[in-house]
Amino acid sequence: MTEIIMSQTPPILHRPSEKERKYDRQLRLWAASGQAALESANILLVNSGAGTVGAETLKNLVLPGIGRFAIYDETQVSEADLGVNFFLDEASLGKSRSKSLTELILELNPDVQGTWYPNEELKTLDSLLAASPVFTIILYTHPISPEQLASLEAYGQKHKTPLVAIHSAGFYSYFQVNLRGAFPIVDTHPDETATTDLRLLGPWPELVSFADELTKDIDGLDNFEHGHLPYVVILLHYLKEWKVAHDGKYPATFKEKTELRKIVQAAARTNNPEGGEENFEEAAAAVVKTVVVPSLPSGLKEVFEYEHTDPVEQRSGFWLIADAVKQFYEKHQCLPLPGKLPDMKAESKVYIQLQSIYKAKARKDAAEVLQIAQAAPGGDLIDPAEVDLFCKNAAFVKLINATSGAATAVKISKADRLKSAADREFAADETAALSLSPFSLLPIYLALQATAHVGESSASSFDADSILASIAAQVPGAEKQERVIQAAQEVARAQGGELHNVAALMGGIVAQETIKIVTKQYIPADNTCVYDGIGGRVQVLRL
Amino acid sequence: MATTEVFPASEPARWLYLDRIRTRPGPFTDPEIFSGQAVAEAMEAMKVLVIGAGGLGCELLKNLALSGFKDIHVIDMDTIDISNLNRQFLFRQADVGHSKAEVAARFVEKRVKGVKITPHNCRIQDFDEDFYMQFQLVVCGLDSIEARRWINATLVNMVDEEVPDSYKPLIDGGTEGFKGQARVIFPTVTSCIECQLDMHAPRAAVPLCTLASIPRQPEHCIEWAHVIAWDQDKPFPELDKDDPEHITWLFQRALERAKEFNIPGVTYSLTQGVVKNIIPAIAATNSVIAAACCNEAVKIASNCAPFLGLPEENYMMYSGNDSVYTYTFKHEKKDDCPVCGQLARDLTVDPSWTLGELVESFAARPEAQLKKPSLRAEGKTLYMQSPASLEEKTRPNLDKKLVDLGLEEGQEIGVTDPAFATVVFKFKLKFTKQ
Ligand SMILES: [Zn+2]
Repeated sequence: MTEIIMSQTPPILHRPSEKERKYDRQLRLWAASGQAALESANILLVNSGAGTVGAETLKNLVLPGIGRFAIYDETQVSEADLGVNFFLDEASLGKSRSKSLTELILELNPDVQGTWYPNEELKTLDSLLAASPVFTIILYTHPISPEQLASLEAYGQKHKTPLVAIHSAGFYSYFQVNLRGAFPIVDTHPDETATTDLRLLGPWPELVSFADELTKDIDGLDNFEHGHLPYVVILLHYLKEWKVAHDGKYPATFKEKTELRKIVQAAARTNNPEGGEENFEEAAAAVVKTVVVPSLPSGLKEVFEYEHTDPVEQRSGFWLIADAVKQFYEKHQCLPLPGKLPDMKAESKVYIQLQSIYKAKARKDAAEVLQIAQAAPGGDLIDPAEVDLFCKNAAFVKLINATSGAATAVKISKADRLKSAADREFAADETAALSLSPFSLLPIYLALQATAHVGESSASSFDADSILASIAAQVPGAEKQERVIQAAQEVARAQGGELHNVAALMGGIVAQETIKIVTKQYIPADNTCVYDGIGGRVQVLRL
Repeated sequence: MATTEVFPASEPARWLYLDRIRTRPGPFTDPEIFSGQAVAEAMEAMKVLVIGAGGLGCELLKNLALSGFKDIHVIDMDTIDISNLNRQFLFRQADVGHSKAEVAARFVEKRVKGVKITPHNCRIQDFDEDFYMQFQLVVCGLDSIEARRWINATLVNMVDEEVPDSYKPLIDGGTEGFKGQARVIFPTVTSCIECQLDMHAPRAAVPLCTLASIPRQPEHCIEWAHVIAWDQDKPFPELDKDDPEHITWLFQRALERAKEFNIPGVTYSLTQGVVKNIIPAIAATNSVIAAACCNEAVKIASNCAPFLGLPEENYMMYSGNDSVYTYTFKHEKKDDCPVCGQLARDLTVDPSWTLGELVESFAARPEAQLKKPSLRAEGKTLYMQSPASLEEKTRPNLDKKLVDLGLEEGQEIGVTDPAFATVVFKFKLKFTKQ
């Protein structure tokens, strides 16, 4: 009755290549598409300060095979570097830190290319930025000079290159990412359990007739058949009966769903040798989660309501497809079917038929979305595979940094955002002890940020009073908060020096974020992440 | 506070940053237990054991060497495989096939001057308590829950209340994909790995009848090839999961079965993943978790800041899938923990079960996870896995029902397993509806 499509070409002779074997453990996370994105990425690290957090980040990107990197670092290797940075050795002492780092980091992966600056030809950051091919993403570590920061900001603005600031000193660290406008992600990798979408309250004709056929004589089925009805079919059957008994209405409230669950439980046969039926247990357990009216998830709602400010952006594949999905949603009052059927107790043949019904409907929905998208200006270039991916993940599509591009949003200055974040966080701290929630880590950000442009040489700027004075200038009143004072004292203790472990931890987190941004998979943090190495935890703040 | 004196290590210029933090107090340092003066020297004299020289282990060795520890041992029985190179950064293509412990130790010793790393290319079970007694700290980066439970049980058993040195803090890390956890255990004082076992429930096994007669997923076809077809055909004397020929054989049989049932999705990579139970792993996550572990090691060794473990939080969960998230909390010690608790743990069983069914159930129970259990009940041997003569003698009991063996509600049974030589897991029977 249903077509069976064997999509796989016989891969009999396909054993993994050397490269697939080397990258096996990560291909299971981001697949060949993610790997290809990594391999075509070109990363710039502007390294300064103690410089370990930058090196550790790069290590974690070179190992999985980032395409190429460049390090800009003006410092010479000192004795203190050797006590904190693993990618420098005795032979590097007194030499250019960027050269030594590049050489020892390149040893990690022969597939990766790396260059170091300043060198004979390109002596300044500005000349490097002017001469290089466009960077995919730029990472820089504090303390950085205000002039260099301005150059990087201008470059990021011009090329729409994401910038990541990283700061690590003593037990404290943070990173802050500037994604340059709204950043949509389709392949968000939600938890498997969250993705089940069976449309039990909106079955289409093929599904209805399949279920009816199997259950038309449900009481006459023998024990084997009855015990192997897929739970989807069981639920469709009892939902139909429910509707007949309830004026054509489906169960809506929790109480009604509990009632339905009891009906399903009672319908299980217990006079069989097993004394019960696993498939009916599965059906009962699935009632509350799967008997639901489809609603528009908040992430996708944000996509639908997004106001464009950039006409070029608006004509990109993502936005054309998003618009087509929106039209599909407005017409059908539901999203395109993802088409994935979870495993459930059933006979092989019946399960495969049911699976094909879901897949066929998903293909039909995706084809409709493709048609809508192609009809839009510029839509002829749409990649059908991109449409398929969007339709499969529609409920989990996410827009990072969504507010940044909105035309109507009032532009708030960075300084004001910080002040309002401080108000919010300090207010929450007032009740933190009562609500058993941990204290805000914003004080750590404030204290570190107060030293964002202070080099190791200017030791006096590292005393707690100078740090507090600098905080007071940004967020008046904050300098009187006990936790801010403690954070300032802790930052003063480090005097800009790094602890290897804290740098390595932040290097791991920033590498994860970079991978997520480059592959456009999983969900990047938005937009600041603070680590407290004393309490052993992180907090993400939108600043 | 920042004006407090720094007490430099033996190479003051090199350990400049570390000495600032570990030898002078900060706002959160407890002055009662902190003395900056002796810290650097004390850390240099400490012996630290690293278990595992894989993804986490490589990071742990690097981190500890750059944390002021100078006498480090590492145990790992594995050799280097090509699939390690995407994250185990102390290894190169030319090292494939060599001992992980030895190559890792050599690399870190060469890179970080003045650090001594002693490799042990063997199993943790090859050492006795005397060996473990020499260390002040144990840091684990393992992928096997069994090895974790073994070292945990060993360290808990070593505790002698009269001997302060017998308390060995255990710091344990684990990762999967973008997620991981770091935890600190003070044996007998805090919750231990056995107390926390249910945080790592085993994956539910697919029922044999599904594999044998009603496969629906590609995984079912692969498990069928692995569990059923292999035993029938015995294409090679013993299954070597690292031999591509063996995996290819399983893959082809799985593919044939998938064709027969029209099931899409069987690939070589999936076959390998299912058969070897491969857990995705990346450098970045190992970096996060290993660093979290070693950061605690530094704080415990120096008292320069509060550490996880005592008195409150002892467990940090980390996830990088959706934004960045940690949950740091206190996992409570369990009175009925078979390793560190005093009470027998409740074991819910159906009295109509046979002893064989009970024995089999131990593997899948989240609170037990014992694969080869031997059972005793108040002086009576119910079933012994070894020696062979005793196994044969007790085997007939497997077919008897629990009630027929005289077992009663509330009765205590003792369970041992070769994976945990010294531990007797105590359970109290709780019968379900009669
Ligand atoms: Zn315990």
